[in-house]
Amino acid sequence: MKQTIRLRVNGDAYEVAVPPWRTLNEVLREDLRLTGTKRGCGDGDCGACTVLLDGRSVTSCLMLAVEAVGHEVTTVEGLATARDALHPVQAEFIAAGAIQCGYCTPGMELSAAYLLSRNPAPTDDEIRRGLSGNLCRCTGYQKIFEAVRRAADRLKEAARPDAAAGDPATGGPAGGDPSGGGARP
Amino acid sequence: MTSRPIGKDVPRVDGWAKATGSALYTDDLSLPGMLHGALLRSPVPHARIAHLDTRRAAALPGVKAVVVGSDLPAVRYGNWRLVPTTQDELALARDKVRFVGDEVAAVAAVDRDTAEEALALIRVEYEPLPAVFDLDAAMAAGAPVLHEATPDNVSVTRKIAFGDLEAGFGASDYVREDTFTVQAVSHAYLEPCATLAQADDLGRITLTTSTQTPYIVQCLLASTLGLRENEVRVVKPAVGGGFGGKMELRPWDVCAAFIARRTGKPVKFTLSREEELATGRRRHPMRLRSRVGFKRDGTLMAKDFQVLLEGGAYNSMGPTATFLVGNFGAMLYRYPAYRYAGAHVYTNHAPAGAMRGFGAPQALFATETQMNMAAEALGIDPIELRLKNAMRPGDEIPDVATVGTCGFSECLERVAEMSGWREKRSQGPGKGGGKGLGIGCYSFITGGVFNWFNTPYPFSAAEVRAYADGTVHLLTMASDIGQGSDTVLQQILAEELGIRMQDIHMTAGDTAMTPKGDLGTWGSRVTLMAGNAVLEAARQVKEELARMVSLRFDLNVVQEVELKDGMVRSKFRPDRGIPFAEAVAMAQKANRGKPVIGRGTYTPRDMGLVTPTFSFGAQVAEVDVDRETGVTRVTKVYTAHDCGTVLNPMAVDGQVHGCIQMGMGYALSEELVMRDGKTVNASFLDYKMPGALDMPECEAVCVETHDPRGPFGAKETGEGPISATAPAIADAVWHASGHRATALPITAEKLLAALDGDDSVAGERRAEASCAVPDPRPRG
Repeated sequence: MKQTIRLRVNGDAYEVAVPPWRTLNEVLREDLRLTGTKRGCGDGDCGACTVLLDGRSVTSCLMLAVEAVGHEVTTVEGLATARDALHPVQAEFIAAGAIQCGYCTPGMELSAAYLLSRNPAPTDDEIRRGLSGNLCRCTGYQKIFEAVRRAADRLKEAARPDAAAGDPATGGPAGGDPSGGGARP
Repeated sequence: MTSRPIGKDVPRVDGWAKATGSALYTDDLSLPGMLHGALLRSPVPHARIAHLDTRRAAALPGVKAVVVGSDLPAVRYGNWRLVPTTQDELALARDKVRFVGDEVAAVAAVDRDTAEEALALIRVEYEPLPAVFDLDAAMAAGAPVLHEATPDNVSVTRKIAFGDLEAGFGASDYVREDTFTVQAVSHAYLEPCATLAQADDLGRITLTTSTQTPYIVQCLLASTLGLRENEVRVVKPAVGGGFGGKMELRPWDVCAAFIARRTGKPVKFTLSREEELATGRRRHPMRLRSRVGFKRDGTLMAKDFQVLLEGGAYNSMGPTATFLVGNFGAMLYRYPAYRYAGAHVYTNHAPAGAMRGFGAPQALFATETQMNMAAEALGIDPIELRLKNAMRPGDEIPDVATVGTCGFSECLERVAEMSGWREKRSQGPGKGGGKGLGIGCYSFITGGVFNWFNTPYPFSAAEVRAYADGTVHLLTMASDIGQGSDTVLQQILAEELGIRMQDIHMTAGDTAMTPKGDLGTWGSRVTLMAGNAVLEAARQVKEELARMVSLRFDLNVVQEVELKDGMVRSKFRPDRGIPFAEAVAMAQKANRGKPVIGRGTYTPRDMGLVTPTFSFGAQVAEVDVDRETGVTRVTKVYTAHDCGTVLNPMAVDGQVHGCIQMGMGYALSEELVMRDGKTVNASFLDYKMPGALDMPECEAVCVETHDPRGPFGAKETGEGPISATAPAIADAVWHASGHRATALPITAEKLLAALDGDDSVAGERRAEASCAVPDPRPRG
């Protein structure tokens, strides 16, 4: 019943034997042990399982693993390039207080990263729309909106020709405090 | 780097782990040889189990255990350990099932597919029994009985009374009586419940579970398995929200532990969202009747409050809800006379339990809406009417609770100012082109003092170990489930010891590794109770280190030693001091290497029946009602709240915003819709909680008080504000449209029907709906 498939996730190549009905979410979490991708509903309603497929946000619970063959998958584990080199979205989620229970956070961050990759200067309304596929039950979204606005500013800053290293497309370190305000007083 | 984190926007200590996806929640864990569990649930609301055949399931290759009710010890459990007759649950049904979703059997297999296949092979014959789905049916004479020990289906009654009610109403110029109804809603925490059990050679259990109350789970699990309390270790990993829905022992905990003991293999259960919504705990639906009397000038004279709580099939936290709704009915205003009677009624629905605000959202939707109705009738501005009657510091609910600090009046003034209330509200209802604004207020407990769990341990405890390398280890059973208590407790410790946050390492929520005890996360108790325990432990360390410095520098006895900026030094002569690490090393040397450890506990004593101290707040909501569609859009919410002294403004803001979101869902869109005992909207597609597009702009200010009972003066903020939102929105809907809702949620369909003059759809209870609370039965 199982078939062997090749997946590319966060730049790494994996070969896994999976039944054809196995979702990408299950394979990421259970076979590849990339448990940063969450499962909140299994119906594609909550967005906690959001990953990027060739840079586009998708709900991994609604996609079969076999459908991801030949595509580049990015999960939350692939957002930061090093412990102290968070994606600006991650850094600002921490700094702005956009995280409470954290269960929606990976999906929310990937939706935000996708939004900013398409629209580097979103309006407040565009931020809301960009996150409308992700449910959060803790924060009332206000601090999440703020984090995305701040991440956009950071990316804009990093994209200036005179700015130092930092690639907004891949979300590499964008200058400033690399731990993203995670620095404690 | 400041060493004074209190009062600052300190980012969460678990922020990095959560932002990078490396925080581990229960379902993220897996162990070698681990079995996957699944639960068979009743498809019928009320039935006798005539026959159960598990042979085919057990024979399926890969199935390692099939468990039914008769396999488990017949020990009933429930959180109200103080009153064992209230403990009415079994992990798996033995003789009968009482709601759609009641657990009947558990399977564990080598993988999830096999476990699910095995469930389908279990044969159960049900003999259907008549079922009751609402208060009236459940309380009717001759109604079907859910639990034999409770022949009238009324499992709990509670009363509160003070003052001369008759005299109060007699002296009133204006008396009104209204009935309110509120619906069941889901906690809808994003992380579905999960549990992972391991057994050792002696059958002792380690249970990693998504819980807000490790100690309660430890004790009750031990009792259901016939183990001693400390033969069970409960570990709380990262938890994806709880809101009151994860504060009990649950069937999957029992089944996982039981199967782990039987098979010797680790066992994990993870619930689906459908299971969560269709069968999980929910907020108590209630019918509330309130009669209230005023003088012509608006002075409150008396209130008679009767409430029926629909509890569903089991008690869960119902006994607390039945009391608290009466307590909250007496809060906010100075009632010279008050009478409350409440009854908790069994029905064949999934049980209701504790949920954020516990008892207050229901009581205050009724209270606050009625205040707004009375203000309208008396021709007094609703904020003026509240100011006239507002509770003040030192007020009492006789024999129940005392109000400590109270910034309620100031909250009312501030929210009026912020929202431009007096100008915007001067326009009559329905005159603002669909726009309107309304008010609702709240008060909430900062931790509960009633020992319903009958714990023989402190309510909270903390141990602080200071090391000679300058680091400090904080150990506490307090449970961060997302609200941020780990961060706040570390702030408290860093502040008191004058060290940096990154000097602290923390172990929390582990019943084997952290000091006993802690009752968990509920009732907005953690900052105050665990915070005070941390403070006490820190002060012991501080005292020991101060002694060293006094000796070392031969300080005058009148000189204070302070711990600040990583130093232990004379406050008067800061040059006379040594680094924290050095002071610890000195203390150890002076004590033949004995480690420097502080141990703190907190147990409330002589604080009435309710809480050490109450929060207060006032909220104004602005809405836009579309007369064509009936859709209400909340455009802005203003909050002025008294949460004592603010320890972390960013965290406080986050709690207020989260309350508004949940309160708004309660007001407008959320409802578990039941039909013939089944939850028909058991998905996030159909269960409508507010999303990113729905949230209004939120503006909040803190009216700071300094509460002597809270650490650094703090009170609660995580639950109170939720109760103000629904009445504020309902009042704004009235102001915008002229329709006064007395039932929630105010859906577009109901509002449109009401505005069109069709009462049948609106779901408003007619005045004759009974809220009569029966007298308590004599108990054998």
